[in-house]
Amino acid sequence: MADDRAVGSVRAWEVIVAGVFLAFGSLVVWESRRLGWQWGSDGPQAGYFPFYIGLFIVISSIANLYSAIAAGEKSGKPFVLWGQLRMILVVILPSAAYVALMVNPWFSLGIYVASALFIAFFMRYLGKYGWLKIAAVSVVTMLLFFMMFEVWFKVPLPKGPLEAAFGFN
Amino acid sequence: MQEIQSLIGGFAVALSWFNLVLMFAGIVLGVIIGVLPGLGGANGVAILLPLTFSMAQQPGGATSAIILLSCIYWGALFGGAITSILFNIPGEPWSVATTFDGYPLAQKGRAGAALTAAFTSSFVGALLAVLLITFLSPIVARFALRFGPPEFFSVYLLTFSAFVGMSKGSPFKTIAAMMAGFALAAVGIDTVTGQLRLTFGFTELLKGFDFLIAVIGLFGIGEILLTIEEGLEFKGAKAKLDMRAVLDTWKELPTYWKTSLRSSAVGCMMGIVPGGATPASFMSYGLAKRMSRDGDKFGTGQVEGVVAPETAAHAAGTSALLPMLTLGVPGSPTAAVLLGGLMIWGLQPGPLLFVEKPDFVWGLIASMYLGNIVGLIVVLTCVPLFAAILRVPFSIIAPVILVICAIGAFTVHNSMFDVWLMLFFGVVGYVFKKLDYPLAPLVLALVLGDRAEDSFRQSMLLSQGELSIFFANGLVGTITALSLLLLFWPLIARGLDILRGRKA
Repeated sequence: MADDRAVGSVRAWEVIVAGVFLAFGSLVVWESRRLGWQWGSDGPQAGYFPFYIGLFIVISSIANLYSAIAAGEKSGKPFVLWGQLRMILVVILPSAAYVALMVNPWFSLGIYVASALFIAFFMRYLGKYGWLKIAAVSVVTMLLFFMMFEVWFKVPLPKGPLEAAFGFN
Repeated sequence: MQEIQSLIGGFAVALSWFNLVLMFAGIVLGVIIGVLPGLGGANGVAILLPLTFSMAQQPGGATSAIILLSCIYWGALFGGAITSILFNIPGEPWSVATTFDGYPLAQKGRAGAALTAAFTSSFVGALLAVLLITFLSPIVARFALRFGPPEFFSVYLLTFSAFVGMSKGSPFKTIAAMMAGFALAAVGIDTVTGQLRLTFGFTELLKGFDFLIAVIGLFGIGEILLTIEEGLEFKGAKAKLDMRAVLDTWKELPTYWKTSLRSSAVGCMMGIVPGGATPASFMSYGLAKRMSRDGDKFGTGQVEGVVAPETAAHAAGTSALLPMLTLGVPGSPTAAVLLGGLMIWGLQPGPLLFVEKPDFVWGLIASMYLGNIVGLIVVLTCVPLFAAILRVPFSIIAPVILVICAIGAFTVHNSMFDVWLMLFFGVVGYVFKKLDYPLAPLVLALVLGDRAEDSFRQSMLLSQGELSIFFANGLVGTITALSLLLLFWPLIARGLDILRGRKA
């Protein structure tokens, strides 16, 4: 796909986001009504404050929705270009995979190994570095973090089989 | 002068070797954080906050912890100027105005002059703001000791109305973002009735949304996404700062004393009233442009055009701590994170802090003087080092920053769910930034949500549900009236424009 193709206009995204706010506000109002938004026997009920918060979200999102639609075609600027979106996906999708690798019900690598792999992926895919440089940067960085968190500050982070092999649990 | 005595006591606390080392470490870390894309004052402090948990348990440790974190904040304020001047990339929103004249200066080969002017005027702005904190905050705190729930709620109202009144964008977007923050703050167990709110049966939501996670995601991941969208290359001017350039600029600077004073005043005012450093820097740049003799040359590389926004931004960033310390109402997102730190360490921010923990408060204030002196020396001597960090390719820097954010998010509660939440907030932050939804009110609402709700409920209990309690006496009435004025300011301003338009 061409890199300069737009993925949605600013206007379209304004409408979508205002719509999400509207739904969120309605949800808050609905939940507050369930909890009780009025005056109970001993004072304000649990939904008393959130009810008005939800109401404000609903009102302001309707105003945003209106101004997004009323702005007309002049705000038809592209929200994001396809080439830009691809770069963003290159960051977001591996990040999600990275978090999933850290801890999951099947095979958790722990934060350190997952991080080293994550840095290696970036350097290879975006930076086109040689494997030697990649190994040096990712391993040294994570060793540094390991020393800092596990050894100096004694903040335990999720660990996997590699750390266990060295006796760190 | 009781303040002087307290301050001397504060210096005695701050001037231990341990605290001086922390100060230095904090400043260096802060400048690095300020220089790196995706890491700024707010999320930098948020990520490092969990590391202070154990430090704060020791006697006197809370003071050391706040010295470390506040010095990171000063460092980040200094660091923002480096990227604006050398790379035309504002590292922080409040350094945007610094690029107007700073980058042209650097292109003309006067990067040294621009950097020296920026650092020195940052220092001057901060110093005046710290003086203000030293002498004004005990008075404000003493005054605020008489505050009850209605007064506190009206102060919160003022804080949030200020965002609506002073934002340049759509007021409804500000309100939507702010209220979303309040709604997220309400998630979890209601402290008064013990009922579950907005959890919809998800056990992960029981403990609610932690604002630290939101800050790391919104400002950290969101910023990385915005940066990568622009491409991977950083192109920058050479960073050279020799003693000659520093001394020459220092000779030139006193001629701008009027601009300095005016910008400091603007900064201090904007910092105390939440709204913060960013509008302060723009406002003082605009004022300097209008009032300076060389006003029409602004934008082509005027040293005065660097002095004005930097003084104001640093003054505002520093004085934002005044309402945080005295009222428990932070004036900026970073101040909000520091406030969150106080609460985690078991300190109750607010007027009582001055009475119950004078060591802590005055140690912090004394460290502000020292920290800014240390900061000035560090940045003047180490600019090439910090600029070199920006030459590390983005394909290495970006994943390392993402890893730091992930570790930071995990350590807050040792929870993997929080790491996923951070990614989610990152995407939200990206979309919000693209559509001009402001992030600062959301974060502040998330921090203050529970306290604002408590004070509102208590007020309502006092008055049996009558809103008139917020006008019950002169004090609370004035604050409430002021809040409403600010809240409806966008409407009022439009009305005035129409009236003026008819006259003309």
